[in-house]
Amino acid sequence: MAEIKANISGTVWKILVQPGDVVEAGQEVAILESMKMEIPVTSDYGGTVVEVLRGEGEFVQEDETLIRVEP
Amino acid sequence: MALCKLLIANRGEIARRIIRTCRALDIRTVAVYSEADKDAPHVREADEAVCLGPPPVAQSYLNIEAVIRAAKATGAEAVHPGYGFLSENAAFAERCEHEGLVFIGPPADVIRAMGSKIEARRRMAEAGVPIVPGTEAPVESLEEALDKAATIGYPVMLKASVGGGGIGMSRVDSEAELRKVFQSSRDRAQNFFGDGTLLLEKWIDGARHIEVQVAADAYGNVVHLFERECSIQRRHQKIIEESPSPDLADALRTRLCQAAVQGARAIGYRNLGTMEFIFDPEGHFYFLEMNTRLQVEHPVTEMITGLDLVAWQIRIAAGEPLPLAQEDIVRRGAAIECRIYAEDPVRFLPSPGTITSLAWPKEARVDAGVEAGTAVTPFYDPLIAKLITHGASREEAVERMTRALRDTAIEGIKTNLPLLTEVMEHPAFRKGRYDTHFLPKMIAAKT
Repeated sequence: MAEIKANISGTVWKILVQPGDVVEAGQEVAILESMKMEIPVTSDYGGTVVEVLRGEGEFVQEDETLIRVEP
Repeated sequence: MALCKLLIANRGEIARRIIRTCRALDIRTVAVYSEADKDAPHVREADEAVCLGPPPVAQSYLNIEAVIRAAKATGAEAVHPGYGFLSENAAFAERCEHEGLVFIGPPADVIRAMGSKIEARRRMAEAGVPIVPGTEAPVESLEEALDKAATIGYPVMLKASVGGGGIGMSRVDSEAELRKVFQSSRDRAQNFFGDGTLLLEKWIDGARHIEVQVAADAYGNVVHLFERECSIQRRHQKIIEESPSPDLADALRTRLCQAAVQGARAIGYRNLGTMEFIFDPEGHFYFLEMNTRLQVEHPVTEMITGLDLVAWQIRIAAGEPLPLAQEDIVRRGAAIECRIYAEDPVRFLPSPGTITSLAWPKEARVDAGVEAGTAVTPFYDPLIAKLITHGASREEAVERMTRALRDTAIEGIKTNLPLLTEVMEHPAFRKGRYDTHFLPKMIAAKT
């Protein structure tokens, strides 16, 4: 199981995928908001989304797992 | 009317800046803060401080009820909104008035009119101030946008009518691109500003951003305090500002400043405000928007005029006439401001964290919101400090800034200091020949 982590501390603005979705490596899967900037989160892996752990509006720490993907 | 106690509805460097002037005017200050800012310098430096709530802005610095409650509880007579947050919120200005609090800023109806780029464009066109060719009414649908963009001619700028900071704003080069970005721009505007209204303007290539500081009182007096050149930007965010604009003929400067005064007068402006203009490479200028508040870069104007703009704001709001007539406002030398952001200078990602050590330069004015030990949190703007230098000439101001940047050391977080130094040393910047493409080009040349 591969994990997509937050690249920065901030608030989840958008989650762009849901369980069952197929994602490609490099695909934008979420957008965080930190210090009034939009920070895209991209997947390092191709695979199927198994679990979305954090929701929109929630505060996340850097390196926290946002999404689990089955490669 | 002399004010005795003022609440500052803001944080960081601007809250501290306002406290400084209040001390000089013998006005007591009330700071407000979120739980994330409980140890921030502005909280300690004010005479009193009130916690507004949890860190997110909606529950703290944008919470009108909490701010009004704090003002009432402490017996403040006036509210200074600073910049950002509630500073351009007409409902807040109205609420202050309703509660018998003096709002340090223009009347609510002027804030409302200028807060809508569409309405501001209409009012300025009526006043005879040139505006960028574009749409006169909100663009309601993608079909309408495609139609209007075809008439204006690509490339076009797609913009949120309400809001700022470059959010919901994009250059669009083709019909296909407009189809792609229309909805997401609308969503961003809705998400950040609570209003998804969009407009289109002609894209001006090789443009410069030059703004004019104006001041107006309740007795019909309107003056300008010269221009500020703001073309060193990245993603529509200003990084470096200077005055005078290094490449502006005197006759053109005079016309620009006159247009700003004319616009401010026509809308019944009161207090300090900034008229932003865009210059095309041929030297034609067009009104972009008006900021109805104190500007981040106001120190540049203070350095060249020797005036305290926050004191002007407070005096005007208290009902006093403008302290000086136009002919008494004199410009001396040149001034530059560099904004220090908590961000990775290579990846341009925000860099929250705790500042472990800090050294400021002796040769510059430092307006900082932080000190050693301050936690820079992800909740607010990444601006942590501003350095401002002045010189008899632009060359002297630039030399001083170069040294000031070298003498600044911030540990514990990443900052854009290396980028600022690079700009100061860049030959085109040294010559004063630059436009809004300068910084993106300089960054692209490195990678």
